[in-house]
Amino acid sequence: MATQHSRSAARFMMAPAVVLLLGWMLVPLIMTLFFSFKKYLPLRGGDLGWVGFDNYVRFVTSSAFWPSVLATLLIVGGVLIITVVLGVLLAVLLNQPMWGQGVVRILVIAPFFVMPTVSALVWKNMFMDPVNGLFAHIWKFFGAQPVEWLSEASMTSIIMIVSWQWLPFATLILLTAIQSLDGEQLEASEMDGAPPLARFGYIILPHLGRAITVVVLIQTIFLLSIFAEIFVTTQGSFGTRTLTYLIYQRVLESQNVGLGSAGGVYAIILANIVAIFLMRIVGKNLDA
Amino acid sequence: MARGVTTQRKIINTTAAWAVGLLIFFPILWTILTSFKTEATAIADPPVFLAFDWTMENYTAVLERSDYARFLWNSIIIAGGSTVLGIIIAVPAAWSMAFVPSKRTKDILLWMLSTKMLPAVGVLYPIYLIFIRMGLLDTRLGLTIVLMLINLPIIVWMLYTYFKEIPGEILEAARMDGATLREEVLYILTPMAIPGIASTLLLNVILAWNEAFWTLNLTAAKAAPLTAFIASYSSPEGLFYAKLSAASTMAIAPILILGWFSQKQLVSGLTFGAVK
Repeated sequence: MATQHSRSAARFMMAPAVVLLLGWMLVPLIMTLFFSFKKYLPLRGGDLGWVGFDNYVRFVTSSAFWPSVLATLLIVGGVLIITVVLGVLLAVLLNQPMWGQGVVRILVIAPFFVMPTVSALVWKNMFMDPVNGLFAHIWKFFGAQPVEWLSEASMTSIIMIVSWQWLPFATLILLTAIQSLDGEQLEASEMDGAPPLARFGYIILPHLGRAITVVVLIQTIFLLSIFAEIFVTTQGSFGTRTLTYLIYQRVLESQNVGLGSAGGVYAIILANIVAIFLMRIVGKNLDA
Repeated sequence: MARGVTTQRKIINTTAAWAVGLLIFFPILWTILTSFKTEATAIADPPVFLAFDWTMENYTAVLERSDYARFLWNSIIIAGGSTVLGIIIAVPAAWSMAFVPSKRTKDILLWMLSTKMLPAVGVLYPIYLIFIRMGLLDTRLGLTIVLMLINLPIIVWMLYTYFKEIPGEILEAARMDGATLREEVLYILTPMAIPGIASTLLLNVILAWNEAFWTLNLTAAKAAPLTAFIASYSSPEGLFYAKLSAASTMAIAPILILGWFSQKQLVSGLTFGAVK
């Protein structure tokens, strides 16, 4: 089939994409590794020599490290739980026969297309502002003291904003998966007298297993590196400094490149652990 | 339809779904509504929903004050440019993977996708440094290249899945009739692949338009796109809700419309085909 000629042509055509991505991956990665073993302060003396694993030790022993791990886990975990649970329920609801299904679907997925800086600022000002925000109006209406969302309940607020952005993604994928479910199976179980809850627990949920795994893995990778939502709301204060934000601050704000790079290497390792699982699922699908 | 659905149940479903849908959409709706209010109405207590004097003054104010056109232009150039550039590079690669697969094709594809998982913050300083050295900081060219590179894996992936659906026999027939490789790609493959390329283009324009890590960190005044423009509203001065809403509405409107067209591609494109 494929001749020797077309094989070499194929390799030639693949080359630009492969070379570019290889460069994009390797050059910054090697530089990050290089800096991570150096004391490197661009604004205070520049390159101050090799320090071995010093930066790696200092990064994990600094007082900001564990709080940032906790913040990261809370945001990733909180958003995952909210988006997956609500996403499954929403997908089941949207899969029911109804009028105007197409329009509802657009309403539900719309937040995904809103740029992160817009959604964060709209939530921060128009909903969560303790004086003029809509939540404050509602709280006052019921005679309650308005909440200073982004300082008193900073973590809840960020999780709410990010969940709103990612719920559409989870819903859309889970809805796609539900629609591939064999209708006859559900019908048979219904005729056999299985109550709705049992149908959900024994047929729908197991069918969604893989889609849920994919949602969890992909969202984890993106959620580990959320940035804009924190950048325009709390700037990492009030306990919302995630690992990503901490590294950003070390590298660009305090210009401690060596320390930040060591943090970057940790972040890369963490993301790769998640990526391995995701790639295994994608790889299996490629064979099919 | 195999199963009869009672009208009553359909009414319940419809009511519930619309209620949830409107609740989720509400922040966007509220932003659009607020953009047509005066600043005083925007913070009125109790809030005004529809019964207010609609005004366009916020739009004119944003357009006049902040050089909005330049940010918009930057967004268009960067999102459009990175996508087109990415497609030009990805088409040959995806073509060869789909039609001349070898033992390593799958590994290469998976490796490409895995570069997408590299956390941006881990390579922030190296890119920043390279940008300074090469004079790319705060330029549209620099940002276009970076966004092209971060989306290239998705572009290759999407094109690959579309190309694989094109029957190989047609290409073989063309080859037997003496078509050169260039002709084969240009006259046979490309026309058949246009729908796939169009959907890929759409999804990637959306992703690039909304990208908010590199656009915030690698631009200042000159090359900043709309994401950075909106972020500049994070330190408010005086009354600004209505203007923030107007600016936000203008920034998201084009993508909301494009997004409506790209619902289907969204699933396969963003899950790398793991969910079909």
